[in-house]
Amino acid sequence: MSLIVFLLLFPLGIAFLQLFIRTEKARNVTVLSSCALLAVASLTLLFRKLNIDIHFYQVENTLIDQGIFAVEVLLSLFLIYISAKHKKYWVTLLVVLQSALMIWFELAHGHSIHTANNFFVDRLSIIMSLIIGIIGSLVVVYALGYMKDFQVHNTGKIADKRPFFFFILFAFMSAMYGVVFSNNLLWLYFFWEVTTVCSFLLIGYKNDQESINNAFLALFMNLIGGLCFAAGIVYLYLTSGVIELDKMLALTQGAVVIPVILLAVAGLTKSAQLPFSKWLLGAMVAPTPVSALLHSSTMVKAGVYLLLKLAPLMTGTNTGLLVALIGGFTFLITSFIAISQSDAKKVLAYSTIANLGLIVLCAGIGTYEALWAGILLIIFHAIAKGLLFICVGTVEHKISSRSIEAMDELVMRMPKLSSMMFVGMAGMFLAPFGMLISKWAVLKAILDADPILSVLVIFGSSASLFFWVKWMGKLITVVQDREDIEQGISKTEWFPLYALSGLTIAACLFFPAASRYLIEPYSMHIYGMASTMNSGNLTIMMMMLGLVILFPFVLPGAKYDKHVKLVDAYLGGANLEGSASFRGSLGGRKQVVFANYYLEKYFVETKTYRIGFVICTALLFAMFLGMI
Amino acid sequence: MNININIDPGTIILALFYLVAAPLFGGLLTGLDRIITARMQGRYGPPLFQPFYDVLKLYEKESIVVRRSQNIYILFFLIFTIFTGGLFFTGGDLLLVIFSLTLAGIFLVLAGFKASSPYGHIGAERELIQILAYEPMVLLTAAGMYMVTKSFFVKDILNFNVPVIYYLPGIFIGFVYILTIKLRKSPYDLSTSHHGHQEIVKGITTEFSGPALGMIEIAHWYEVAFIMGFIYLFFAPDPLIAVSLALLVYFLEIVIDNAFARAKWQVALASSWLFTLVFGFSNIVYLFIWK
Repeated sequence: MSLIVFLLLFPLGIAFLQLFIRTEKARNVTVLSSCALLAVASLTLLFRKLNIDIHFYQVENTLIDQGIFAVEVLLSLFLIYISAKHKKYWVTLLVVLQSALMIWFELAHGHSIHTANNFFVDRLSIIMSLIIGIIGSLVVVYALGYMKDFQVHNTGKIADKRPFFFFILFAFMSAMYGVVFSNNLLWLYFFWEVTTVCSFLLIGYKNDQESINNAFLALFMNLIGGLCFAAGIVYLYLTSGVIELDKMLALTQGAVVIPVILLAVAGLTKSAQLPFSKWLLGAMVAPTPVSALLHSSTMVKAGVYLLLKLAPLMTGTNTGLLVALIGGFTFLITSFIAISQSDAKKVLAYSTIANLGLIVLCAGIGTYEALWAGILLIIFHAIAKGLLFICVGTVEHKISSRSIEAMDELVMRMPKLSSMMFVGMAGMFLAPFGMLISKWAVLKAILDADPILSVLVIFGSSASLFFWVKWMGKLITVVQDREDIEQGISKTEWFPLYALSGLTIAACLFFPAASRYLIEPYSMHIYGMASTMNSGNLTIMMMMLGLVILFPFVLPGAKYDKHVKLVDAYLGGANLEGSASFRGSLGGRKQVVFANYYLEKYFVETKTYRIGFVICTALLFAMFLGMI
Repeated sequence: MNININIDPGTIILALFYLVAAPLFGGLLTGLDRIITARMQGRYGPPLFQPFYDVLKLYEKESIVVRRSQNIYILFFLIFTIFTGGLFFTGGDLLLVIFSLTLAGIFLVLAGFKASSPYGHIGAERELIQILAYEPMVLLTAAGMYMVTKSFFVKDILNFNVPVIYYLPGIFIGFVYILTIKLRKSPYDLSTSHHGHQEIVKGITTEFSGPALGMIEIAHWYEVAFIMGFIYLFFAPDPLIAVSLALLVYFLEIVIDNAFARAKWQVALASSWLFTLVFGFSNIVYLFIWK
């Protein structure tokens, strides 16, 4: 109990402390120590609660309820004020609707609501709290160094609001812990809305027109989800008198059709599924640590967390099928679009949406096999995507571009960083790394439940392979020797980079343990059945991992191989200055330039997106029709 | 977590046999291919063992590179190609076999990028497009076999009571279609060309010579053996019929190779996906609805 309260309140306290810290040194010390504490606390939770299926906590709640309600009203007032100020009246409307609904509910029914248990811990919330406490903390640590550079780069252009920035980061983490520990749906809803507001403030950090617009877009879409969430709770309470997550999950599928649809829509908006994907793409304007946080350990993971929680209520239902279809199409469409993108952050963003799509697909299928795959995906994706974002952020500061086409010869310019990027990318799609293990599981789960959906996953994963490999290729292509520019990256940036690279590899080694001690018992608790990878396949995966890990050790050996003869690349025999330039047909000197294929003609971003948007809007509409 | 490594002696013997027999078989088939191709073109052709002579000669040549590490990528391409076949012929999980095959393919592509030569680069990009073209069909094949036999394990599919092609005619057509890419046959020999005087010189293999090129050749033999095994799987369990039909499919590929000029990559990609959807996916739908 005290541990849960600590995880909730400690980051909140640190958040407020950050508001008053003005010196860099004090900020470094407080952030580093509190992040370390959060990681340790999350690990402690793991070891303490490992053997317990589910543990409930009754918290004396009238006072807290009133407090939460007061904060909710204040947040609503703030949102109404700020949206009206920026003339975003759609947002105002949503906030007003939502607050009116909740205030009415509170006044009409608040006094009669009695909850037995407000908080709980089970193995899924342990997994989530580890992701928040370790990966989230690493990203926050990274933000220290990054934001310092960021403010130096933008002196005079962007106001230095770092105290506020770190205030939001910690508040965000606190709210995320709230999301994964709340059993009281009203509390869950409260924390859910806090994450929405936090991400709104973070996206708008730069305070230029683009950031403000994108921040409001994110707010708008997430408020649609929030409204559905609120409506779902109200409807659930009015029809079945239930206001707790565990009691809701214990109801029959038939009794909760409408609440499940409404909550699922909330999950879909938060996890940026089509047709709600634009907000996450727009969120790129924020400083990179924000993206790293939103994409890996917070925000979008809250969405898929809720959907996975609802999974048993969706197994085999029409709602489940529609959710699975939305996830599947989102995976396919956004993977296709990522092929045509050269902006590194955009590729990462599309790949996040795609992978969330896979998790949503698993939740929609809702079988124990799918659940196993979905949880693994959450873990592996959080680590690798966090790593990739902070890699791109660091590279961007060094080469002043985040275009993949500008990453030529990165392996020479930033050898350590490009190896880390390599690890991150391998973690995203390559056998035998994490995501691929999960894809194996996803395919198996789909074929056992809805084989037709397999076509979406199969084409989507082939597309993702394409855009990752060409990016990898870009990093290792070397036309001429380049200077090493890796100096000047602070320790608070190196540490998360190393840690997440290590975790990406460690996750593959230790996933059998995670599966055995966390995911399988969790699945047993819910379904009475658990999926796993058989030991023969596990052995083979480990053999492959062993072979792949050999690669970086063999690679340097090539430097000292005396038996090879170095020559210039073949340029039709017209080489000038080694492989770097050649004599053109008109006699002039031509530079050798490499560019990747983006197949833009075939995977046009706007057109492809529109197709996905239409398909998924139709599916969403069908879901709403299902309520009638 | 205790991982039981239950590798029985039979599996080890099988794996060792595969290590030796697969390249012999692949090399001989390639030799036969060259003879048949020559006859089709009205030439006499090289001796049957020519591929082996070629490779032996490659190993006597100097190792010439543009970037020092490029050959390491080729080494891993070879290792994982061998691994793929090993996993397949010892009866492993088909999905893992495919993932391993993809991993091998990616090492080859990365080798092409690493060599940092314009022709190699085009070859690498095209090789990647080829993977994009055939990967969905290969995965769909595994999916189809799983739906029929309820297992991804090659040994279970092999011992299924009827030949799986009985349920998977569409998938078979799609699979044979993308084989042209995988066997590097015209019209889809896009990433490497057989002849160095063509527009992309030797494509992805342009900067590889001597022992490295030898490794690529050997990997190809292993690949051929693996592909023949895959076709065999469609016609198992009767070995005699299965072997003859697998050889017949290979002959068909030779005919196609000689009858078509190289197509553009757009055609390769679009037509492969079309075949995958029209023949492969429809087969999945059929299995789902009627079985």
